[in-house]
Amino acid sequence: MDLRVSPYLYIAPFFVLFFLFGLAPMFYTAWVALHEWHPIGGQGDFVGLANFTAVLGQGMFWKSVFNTLSIFVFTAVPQLIAAIFIAAVLDANLRAGTFWRMAVLLPYVAAPVAVAIIFSNLFGNQFGLVNNLLATVGLPQVQWTGSSTASHVAISTMVSFRWTGYNALILLAGMQAIPRDLYEAAGIDGASRLRRFFSVTIPMLRPTLIFVIITTTIGNLQIFDEARIFGGASGNGPVGGADGQWKTITLYLWEVGWRQANLGRSAAIALLLLLLIVLIGLINFLAARKIASDTGAKR
Amino acid sequence: MTTTLESRARRATSRSGKRRETFGEARRPGWATYVTLMTVAAVGAFPFYWTIVVGSWTNDVIYSDELTLTVGPNLIDSIRRVLTADINLVAATLNSLVVSTTTALAVVLFSTLAGFSFAKLRFRGSNALLVAVIATMAVPAQIGVVPLFLVMNHLNLRGSLLAVILPGLVTAFGVFWMTQFLRGALPDELIDAARIDGASLIKTFWHVALPAARPAAAMLFLFTFVGSWTNFFWPYIILDSKSATLPVALQGLQSQYYTDYPLILTGALLSTVPLLVLFVFAGRQLVAGIMAGAVKG
Repeated sequence: MDLRVSPYLYIAPFFVLFFLFGLAPMFYTAWVALHEWHPIGGQGDFVGLANFTAVLGQGMFWKSVFNTLSIFVFTAVPQLIAAIFIAAVLDANLRAGTFWRMAVLLPYVAAPVAVAIIFSNLFGNQFGLVNNLLATVGLPQVQWTGSSTASHVAISTMVSFRWTGYNALILLAGMQAIPRDLYEAAGIDGASRLRRFFSVTIPMLRPTLIFVIITTTIGNLQIFDEARIFGGASGNGPVGGADGQWKTITLYLWEVGWRQANLGRSAAIALLLLLLIVLIGLINFLAARKIASDTGAKR
Repeated sequence: MTTTLESRARRATSRSGKRRETFGEARRPGWATYVTLMTVAAVGAFPFYWTIVVGSWTNDVIYSDELTLTVGPNLIDSIRRVLTADINLVAATLNSLVVSTTTALAVVLFSTLAGFSFAKLRFRGSNALLVAVIATMAVPAQIGVVPLFLVMNHLNLRGSLLAVILPGLVTAFGVFWMTQFLRGALPDELIDAARIDGASLIKTFWHVALPAARPAAAMLFLFTFVGSWTNFFWPYIILDSKSATLPVALQGLQSQYYTDYPLILTGALLSTVPLLVLFVFAGRQLVAGIMAGAVKG
């Protein structure tokens, strides 16, 4: 008796709670997306796919898709390169190795909202430190909350600040799992350090790289906090810039659902976001596999 | 940066037994490595320092064309102003503590229970159920935010901390993490011995599995705590100014006083202090946890 039922009892709390607050809402999203739905008034008429066609017909939706992808690229690419570089530097017989690993992880303990407040100040249009430094070296000042590209760079900097060290440690773990005799063998064959890095480290790191790329993608396509805070007055003013220059999909989802009180449409946006995440995750996965195997095949 | 042929040959022929494990190659790296690491660390620490700089001056110093990089005399005054501002940061800190501690403890308990069952007990469908857990790990939680809001509305939990705590009580990652750990760290013989001694299954869990799970449980607690502490999207939707957690209160502070940089940056600084303290004491475990999760994940 004890052994027949107990195993199920032990996993029950997880599955019950996860179903109630994780899985069920996910599926219910599809139901809400097919209806008119108001935060206070509740369920309205069944409208079929009207919410989806309405969203897809909005210029602002496509703008938010563009913004999200742009911020994703600005964040993911430099962050990945920096994380690999930091991991490679940490992958040595360091004195006080744990201290350096902790130092790299420090930004992770700041909440994205706090990071966004700090960086909004650094990227201030008029008196921000970044523009001050640009002026000092004689470069023109940048209106960070003006153009979409400048605002995307600012937001990407915030996201990268928090996550680069974290990802570097994951990659470092992958590097440490590479058998050392591979390096020894490459060394004896006369491969330089750089050559060893590209011919041994990167190919052997493939599974870890794919893992980091996938998790980074899932996170970066849902950016909300930084975009909500950036630019100062995040009270009742425009959301994501005067012209929606940095309105991400998640920010748009929130605005439509809670500013415009249209939960049906908001649910439709959530599902479209899910679709986008799955698509990009798939492309990433295939590309990462291909790139990694190509570099591995080079002789 | 290249090694000389001589040392390379020496390394190839030397016995590897002398090498200290886990810190890469035996050869100590040169000064360039440390300079690089110092630069990386400085870049990571600078925004924190900058927050103190801005918080320690008055607005007219910040809003001048002079470049100020030193700490001024006004930090205590800024802290006092934050604590007496319209936004109640002290209450928000307590709210954050309640939410983060509750969710972290619950995640550890429920994950260890489920992990013990998946790792050590045989039951029909266990593999399929574990695959289901892993499959849901990659699902972005924010997608279900609209129905979650409707459910909480229905339960009259808007503006209640429970609305944030309930969805955070379990995580798929936690179950996966504990299952992996207990598979390796808990020998079947220990369980068998306890069972032969007549201990019930729950006693065995409590006295054998839980102590064995302690290191992984500590890491899971830390990650859940940090994740909960820094969480913004869902709390922002469902909480109000009275029940705000720290990030939500910070957003309120920023939208109300957005021109008063010393004030809002001091708020951001204060909100980070508890996690900085945690980091000083448990940063080592966080590092180990991230690195352990990567190898298995």
